[in-house]
Amino acid sequence: MKNKMTVVEGSYTVAHSVKVCRPNVISAYPITPQTHIVEDLSQFMADGEIPNCEYINVESEFSAISALVGASAAGARTYSSTTSQGLELMHEVLFNVSGMRLPVVMTVANRAVSAPINIWNDQQDSISQRDTGWIQLYAEDTQEAGDMTAQAFKVAEEREVKLPAMVCMDGFILSHVYEPVILLEQDLTDEYLPKYEPEYFLDTKNPMTFGAFADPTTYTEFRYLQQKAMDNALEKIEKAADDFNKIFGRYYGGLIDTYKTEDAEIIIMAMGSIIGTIKDVIDKVRSDGIKVGLVKVRSFRPFPVEAIRKALAEASVVVTLDKNISLGLNEGALLTEVKSSLYNTDINVPVMGFMLGHGGRDIPRRTIRMIIDKAKDTMRSGIAVESEFADLRGDLV
Amino acid sequence: MSRLAPGHRGCAGCCDAMAANFVLEAVGDDAIVVSPTGCLEVMTTPYPESSWEVPWIHSLFENAAAVASGVDAALKAMGRKGNTKVVAIGGDGATLDIGLQAISGAFERGDDITYVCVDNEAYMNTGVQRSGATPYGASTTTSPAGKQSFGNPRPKKNMPAILVAHDSPYVATTSISYPKDMIRKVKKAVDIEGPTYVHAHAPCTTGWKFDTSKTVEVGKLAVETALWPMYEMENGELSNVRKVKNRKPVEDYLKSQGRFKHLFTMDGGKDEITKIQAIADWNVKHYGLE
Amino acid sequence: MKIIIGGVVEPGTTRVNKTGGWRNFKPLYNQDKCIKCGLCSLLCPDCSIEETEEKYVVFDFDFCKGCGICANECPSDAIEMVLEEK
Repeated sequence: MKNKMTVVEGSYTVAHSVKVCRPNVISAYPITPQTHIVEDLSQFMADGEIPNCEYINVESEFSAISALVGASAAGARTYSSTTSQGLELMHEVLFNVSGMRLPVVMTVANRAVSAPINIWNDQQDSISQRDTGWIQLYAEDTQEAGDMTAQAFKVAEEREVKLPAMVCMDGFILSHVYEPVILLEQDLTDEYLPKYEPEYFLDTKNPMTFGAFADPTTYTEFRYLQQKAMDNALEKIEKAADDFNKIFGRYYGGLIDTYKTEDAEIIIMAMGSIIGTIKDVIDKVRSDGIKVGLVKVRSFRPFPVEAIRKALAEASVVVTLDKNISLGLNEGALLTEVKSSLYNTDINVPVMGFMLGHGGRDIPRRTIRMIIDKAKDTMRSGIAVESEFADLRGDLV
Repeated sequence: MSRLAPGHRGCAGCCDAMAANFVLEAVGDDAIVVSPTGCLEVMTTPYPESSWEVPWIHSLFENAAAVASGVDAALKAMGRKGNTKVVAIGGDGATLDIGLQAISGAFERGDDITYVCVDNEAYMNTGVQRSGATPYGASTTTSPAGKQSFGNPRPKKNMPAILVAHDSPYVATTSISYPKDMIRKVKKAVDIEGPTYVHAHAPCTTGWKFDTSKTVEVGKLAVETALWPMYEMENGELSNVRKVKNRKPVEDYLKSQGRFKHLFTMDGGKDEITKIQAIADWNVKHYGLE
Repeated sequence: MKIIIGGVVEPGTTRVNKTGGWRNFKPLYNQDKCIKCGLCSLLCPDCSIEETEEKYVVFDFDFCKGCGICANECPSDAIEMVLEEK
């Protein structure tokens, strides 16, 4: 039955999406807060609900992603899920997967990184992997996380892309929350996502060598081709979202999404679940006459430079929110990359950034209102502080 | 004969090339090979060339066994397994040091792979550094003989025993100096379902410092002095032990290689040789070599 | 030749690299002494000794690196390593 809403955990929504995308190999290792995803998939396997699929209980995340290297190279559609320490452990292999152009899809249930050890949500984990050559998409709510999973497979497997993709969903906030969702229907997913048919795979009938070593005379061109694939992904991500809308009837934006930006003087930019809070605050302050809008960055890699320039062109001040920090620069990644996108252009708008929510610190509406007030000050008298923590506790430091 | 295509960059007399040839001869064309980083991988696949004529994949240094598990899973899931063998061929460092976790996981899971360890007893590709497989008294660049050192102070890690402890149905030791033995054991290993392991001793002319023509000769001395026992372990039971007739003293083996030369020239070297002889004696007793 | 996506390589392509130039010593084969055991062909690390139909051997000097294992192991001394004149 089409359009049947059900209330399930965010992890279940994603696991269900993975199931109907018809994976061939799933690798699983437990780490909070993504474990429910692999547990749900394990139960699907035990109940025979995923045909033509093998589920490998690996002995670490390093092997989780490594097993998918072998499986993907052998022509399988592959999936794993991790977070934080697990993603960091995979770091070496992430470069390898992208360099070998294997369209692995992985959920990252964003979680803070040790030390100190902390199991709650921030986005340091996926942001710290932004140079590994993986597509990175950030979901606003659990419905989007589920929908994005199918879109990720579609984009990753495009011939002009062939890059691995991470679907990032805020740990606990989205992975453990119960929301009313429409689970992806199998028949619609089959229509949306074609069978994975790579041109080259490990095949005794066509014995190719995968993973040769490239010396200085050829290495640069491999990197160039990966960048080109990322460029192609810009268009494919938009198309995947449009095609999804046509079949499933839901749309969240392509590379970015905008909310009340048409006449906005203050534009807030953010990624992930915080989007919902920001929208609520915007609705409230607009009724007080303040013209605030929101740019939701959906695709962080490839970074949608053109789309962002277009969206910010008429703003009076831009505020970025980052659930991460680049230590030594005292900025979050979104601030740095937005500034970089606007530099060397005619767009001359002040950009200020707030780092917040580290280690799962709650972001209440009053924090967003405080940020909007600071943006108003900036409109009046210029940037006072370009980048700071929005929620630092003065009683601890 | 199934083997590596010539033109690879292996040293003259290369043990890895010989080992790969014997494995390929044993498994045939219906195989997918996984290699970790190491001499074998580097010398056979300089882009855009490859010596491999079976499907082959290299990922990283420590994950050959995990990659092999993934290949096996993919073939099963997609119904393409047939009789295709999934074989990992890797060096000692990649197998029993940095790759220990991955191989342990694969064997514990019972994945249907055969892992052949080409043991030249050091990290050769990076220039002869000590590994967990470096034998007692060997000089390597990170366990060199010196005024206060007799070389590597630790015995070899017993990797076959570790995998027997994982309930592997078949674990065997062999040597590239005995090609028919190696081919037989690799063939047996790939024909047994589940995770199987063949550990091949591989004398390295560059790392052990002997003439390129002596690769096979040095390997035979290792067996004839009982320093390298050759046996099979089928479901945990010792079988087909290669007896050593007219056992030679360990000096015959040690003096054939530059990496043990210091034992013959240093004060106290003789005592070290006695310790190595004790290792050989222990092997004789433990494996029933005589 | 353009890069195939992912750097995938065709099989057996190291054959363009003639390692015969590495040699200092060259195997000299005395067929009269050869007992056709096939050991040299089996052992050659560079696939440079092929058995003929009659089970004698021919050497591929495009690739032979002159390691000398064949000569050292031949049970009937049918192979001798001689310094190669260049």
